[in-house]
Amino acid sequence: MLIERKWKKWFLFYLPMAAFIAFTLFPFYWMAITAFRPDAELYATWRQPNAAPLWTLHPTLEHFVGLMQTTAFPTWLWNTMLIAVVSTLISLVCGMFAGYALARLRFRGSEFLGTAIFVTYLVPQTLLFIPLADIVRDLQLGNTPWALMLTYPTFLIPFCTWLLMGYFKTIPKELEECARIDGATRFGAMVRIIFPVAVPGILSAGIFAFTLSWNEFIYALVFMASADQKTVPVGVVSELIRGDIFFWGQLMMGALLGSVPVALVYSFFVEYYVTGLTGSVKG
Amino acid sequence: MATVSIRALNKKYENGFHAVKDVSLEIRDKEFMVLVGPSGCGKTTTLRMVAGLEEISEGEVRIGEQVVNDLPPMDRNIAMVFQNYALYPHKSVYDNMAFGLQMRGYAKEEIARRVQEAAEILGIESLLARKPRQLSGGQRQRVAVGRAIVRHPQVFLFDEPLSNLDAQLRVQMRVELKRLHERLETTAIYVTHDQVEAMTLGDRVVVMKDGRVQQVGEPLELYGRPANKFVASFIGSPAMNFVDVTVAEAGGALWAEAEGLRVKMPAPLAARARARAGQRLTLGVRPEALVIANGADDYSFATAVDVVEPLGNEILLNFRAGGVAMVARVDPAVRLKVHESVRFALDPERVHLFDAASEAAL
Repeated sequence: MLIERKWKKWFLFYLPMAAFIAFTLFPFYWMAITAFRPDAELYATWRQPNAAPLWTLHPTLEHFVGLMQTTAFPTWLWNTMLIAVVSTLISLVCGMFAGYALARLRFRGSEFLGTAIFVTYLVPQTLLFIPLADIVRDLQLGNTPWALMLTYPTFLIPFCTWLLMGYFKTIPKELEECARIDGATRFGAMVRIIFPVAVPGILSAGIFAFTLSWNEFIYALVFMASADQKTVPVGVVSELIRGDIFFWGQLMMGALLGSVPVALVYSFFVEYYVTGLTGSVKG
Repeated sequence: MATVSIRALNKKYENGFHAVKDVSLEIRDKEFMVLVGPSGCGKTTTLRMVAGLEEISEGEVRIGEQVVNDLPPMDRNIAMVFQNYALYPHKSVYDNMAFGLQMRGYAKEEIARRVQEAAEILGIESLLARKPRQLSGGQRQRVAVGRAIVRHPQVFLFDEPLSNLDAQLRVQMRVELKRLHERLETTAIYVTHDQVEAMTLGDRVVVMKDGRVQQVGEPLELYGRPANKFVASFIGSPAMNFVDVTVAEAGGALWAEAEGLRVKMPAPLAARARARAGQRLTLGVRPEALVIANGADDYSFATAVDVVEPLGNEILLNFRAGGVAMVARVDPAVRLKVHESVRFALDPERVHLFDAASEAAL
């Protein structure tokens, strides 16, 4: 009986779980292994003797060195970081106030406004970049970080607003009513009571916004022309694929280094992030 | 310390729902006033209008001598205890209690002194450093009350503060709240749907239904002389028995008649009901106003018990009379079996008659 149950658990839980994990993690493993594999091994055929396609026998840092010396990778990294942080901050601040207003204040047209903001989020970027490019050119922001810092919030603010609106709605309204009786103004109650209580929601909105702007490709590709203004996703693709030659080692090294900051941010806030999404606040 | 006077208060929502209708109340200084009624009767809305959390559609609220209609909640000098306690989850118990004083710019020493004092009154000194989620329901309740009393407000507002507690704790906290009120002598308005809470806590009780005040009075007044059938049925458990009767005059006395039931109306009631002879009325009698009769007399009727509920301190006898199910509350020494026939007599002092249409007491 017990043995049978154990066997079932293995078969129905651990085995599928392991398969799933292997499936999702394999691309990352492949990226990492390629980044440290010498070119000689990378371009060798699998049928040659001593071939080890799934691991490397001679790990090397040659791609790292190459990436740092032949490309502006550190600059791209810095650009991406700066743009992601600034646009996340702008979007969070706007999203917090807008989300609070939509969740709590009853004003004429609030529901319409909420829906309208959501619809803006649904408009695909591949359509939006055309008019945005026009605006960016008119304001002479092209090829400066501002072009991205100001255009990323166009999709990040609706996203943050909706996520935070949902979170604010889970906070009992008695909390701020009590604060208002205790002597706080509506604004004071929002800043002193609601925002601190909503920290998990705010953090998860922030993480999402950061990741979205970190990985953003099309605006960065269109608005940034010179090599020293590029972000990691665009820089790696445009500078390391020359014609039909793929510099696989350096590409994968760039991708690996580019995903490290995001992974760090996630692992740091993972607990908040989970409660932020499943969100519940008890008084 | 203040009176609260509510005049012709109305609340109409944008969707047309008329939640509070012409409520007028004079709450005396130091009085413990309880608003009670079924859910949706407008009691909480009334309280929230006094607090300033809900806009007043029509009418006036005065605290002390001041009309507060247009004052924000913070300027009304009130404190409120919410049903879900509304403790600030990110602040310690101490900071929860201190918040209102900090917002009002009190000195640190004064805040510490007042919080300490309130904590001692409520027996929560040892909890001051904890966060709300580390507290039990009863402890949270105390902190919520403590947060209200540190401010020394003019009026306490309670919105069903005990309904999230288990039955045993509720009884205990009820007594503590009463004791606290004796000690602090602050005017209090307390909203509840529990008639037992209303009766035990209130100096006076307001019974509300469908946005209107049904009756205002001291607990025993409500119980003994309900103004209408709703108050009579809402206050008291088990509820008052009601029988639809026709009153008829015979032999100089007034008789209430229903199927299988004919009882004489006591003189004072008969005087009031004489003009209604021949009309349909509702006869009301509380379970304890039905006593087991020794012999046949003008106030008694015969029936058979169909359910016996022995509760220990009393026995509830269920039976049918006048075409409806009724309950009598009798002494635990009474030995009666199911289906045994019995005569019940009305206590003539405690019989009520209500108009069948308007439900007002005669």
